[in-house]
Amino acid sequence: MNPQPEVVIVGVGQQPVGELWDVSLRDLAVRALRAAREDAAGLRPEAIYVGNMLAASASHQANLGALISEYSGLAGIAEGVTAEAGEASGAAAIYLAYLAIRSGLVSCAAVVGVEKVTDVVGSSVESVLARTLDSDYEAGEGMTTISQAALLLQRYMHENKPPREALAEFPKIAHANAVANPYAMYRKAIDSAAYMRSGMVADPLNLFDVAPVADGAAAIILTRRDLLPQKLAHPAVQLVASSLISDRLALHDRADPLFFGAAAVSVQRACQSAGMPMSAMDLFEYSDNTTLHAILSLEAAGLAPRGQGWQLASDGSLARDGYLPVATMGGHKARGYPLGAAGVYQAVEACLQLRAEAGGCQVAGAQRAMVQTLAATGSTAVTHILQRLD
Amino acid sequence: MSEDFQAESLLLRPKLPVGIVGYGAYVPRYRLPAKEVARIWGGSEEGLPIIEKAVAGLDEDVITMSIEAARNALLRAGIDPLELRAVWVGSESHPYAVKPSGTVVAEAIGASRNISAGDWEFACKAGSEAMVAAIGLVGSGMGRYAMAIGMDTAQGKPGDALEFTASSGGAGYIFGPAEESLAVIEAAYSYVSDTPDFWRRAHAVYPEHGQRFTGEPAYFQHVSASAQTIMEAAGLKAQDFTYAVFHQPNAKFPSRVGKMLGFTAEQIKTGLLSPVIGNTYSGASLIGLTAILDIAKPGDRILMTSYGSGAGSDSFILSVQEAITERQGKARSTQDYIRQRTEIDYATYVRFRGEIVVK
Repeated sequence: MNPQPEVVIVGVGQQPVGELWDVSLRDLAVRALRAAREDAAGLRPEAIYVGNMLAASASHQANLGALISEYSGLAGIAEGVTAEAGEASGAAAIYLAYLAIRSGLVSCAAVVGVEKVTDVVGSSVESVLARTLDSDYEAGEGMTTISQAALLLQRYMHENKPPREALAEFPKIAHANAVANPYAMYRKAIDSAAYMRSGMVADPLNLFDVAPVADGAAAIILTRRDLLPQKLAHPAVQLVASSLISDRLALHDRADPLFFGAAAVSVQRACQSAGMPMSAMDLFEYSDNTTLHAILSLEAAGLAPRGQGWQLASDGSLARDGYLPVATMGGHKARGYPLGAAGVYQAVEACLQLRAEAGGCQVAGAQRAMVQTLAATGSTAVTHILQRLD
Repeated sequence: MSEDFQAESLLLRPKLPVGIVGYGAYVPRYRLPAKEVARIWGGSEEGLPIIEKAVAGLDEDVITMSIEAARNALLRAGIDPLELRAVWVGSESHPYAVKPSGTVVAEAIGASRNISAGDWEFACKAGSEAMVAAIGLVGSGMGRYAMAIGMDTAQGKPGDALEFTASSGGAGYIFGPAEESLAVIEAAYSYVSDTPDFWRRAHAVYPEHGQRFTGEPAYFQHVSASAQTIMEAAGLKAQDFTYAVFHQPNAKFPSRVGKMLGFTAEQIKTGLLSPVIGNTYSGASLIGLTAILDIAKPGDRILMTSYGSGAGSDSFILSVQEAITERQGKARSTQDYIRQRTEIDYATYVRFRGEIVVK
């Protein structure tokens, strides 16, 4: 039996994240895909996997696979389908591309993460965002992803007593890292005073604890390592492992709500599959949907004991020159949080780091990166391990 | 055709020179602090859009308030109200859906029956649109004097972001021959587009809005395009003006747009009333201008730019004349109205605004 083909990312593309009132869902997706194809020396994908969470409800548009294939000039040529796993949809689409290429059935695939939030405004935004929770038992009772994270952070603070100021370090790292990212929504560093002053969103989560939902699109082109184009103008990045784990959807059904079980298993499986320990990673694009998510991701990845994840942000470990830099281009908090596109943005950012093309955001000498994307309060976790190929 | 000529041709300039011969402001006395709204609806006191807003009393509406402002304008103009040939009231809160405000105002101030009267509805630039028309009427020679008023008792849905700012007040202007005026209109310019950032459907009690869509693509785009065009066409720069006043839905927007256009805080502060009276909608830039005229000196040049959601922006360049000095004190000043202040709590506010259902 032939060995399974190795998967490489040969092109990346992204659009600036923000409230892009004048750019439509399809234009966003097509622009990101075009940029990725140009970066991939013009490789033509046979399959397009779209990551998206809101289009059917916010933009009244389903079947983005057909839409984006058509508007990219690939109708009738490429298979197009959407992966939906809440806020981890983009990462789930990468997982599908990984499976397709590993299986040998597809030799070149495109992944497009696209989210158009500003097709709705006001309370309609909260309403569509809450659809990733359990509709009958959570969203139907008025719960939102943010209020759920707030409840969990209340409990976390009660049990572990982190000083309030210590939590400021997470958005401070994200904002500092976004300053040099031209695609980021908020390119301004913040200080602790600004954090402590900011208004409450859902106590204890304040404005700086919550990633701002925004429009955006990012794309990557993947192929088999043995088909790597000769004329590629940059190093290729191997997608060494991809692991998607689903937890129980409703928080109350989980035995230990303060531990992201799916995230932990997904990290273990990815490391096992790659044959690399967590300690081999040079950076970690974690999922800072809120400060709570950032903390629990660190604990789930085994980087800190239970209840102590918050300390990592305070001792310099997570800074660009620290032991394991996180959110290196701003993370969801400062790059902006385009939901179903977020996982693809994270992959693009990790590729730029590994290709040493991250400019002012560059993590020196980065060879291996872990990327993790979380849906809602950890109901789905997707972990990717990427490695630079020279 | 040179580019200069094209730009110049965009300006609205009457055949006969026109100016403001009288102006008057009105602000009701009641004030609702923004922190009082935050107390009821939650939210931190950090980052409130204004300090407080003016609230019309139980016996006040756009008609009564327009009459107050119109009387002040007549006092300054020193003309016989029978000489008016038009009385136009711009508002988005006319008391009646069908039954004009303009006729009531005209009769109350003693205008004749031989006039044009009308109510203007054009979002928050209804008042400035009426000013453009009044300049046209006088400048064409159709009449010697025309009155344009912008006045609102704006509606803010309880609990909505607009409730902090939607306020009551406005101003009226009498336009007449430039040689009699206290400020000459050097040029006007209107910039319009269909940008639906804020609206209220027929029979709806409260307006709706597109949240942050009301910012960059709406307010900032239109106000800066309108102000930039009139300045370029007139060959003027920010430093050529003594004062500038913009539509002011809150404290931040006009300050920011002023900065974007190259104006200093010093040029803007006199006309920036929203922090202490709120957003008077159709009245907002007009009453900012009365506050400037109250202290302006002959030779001063003023830029005024309005904004109406889904409507656009009107800009005016005014040059202050000698006559201003003796007319400023002939009626109550804008700041005098602002100083007359009775603070109310939220309960009184909802009673005044008719939010309590009693039958």
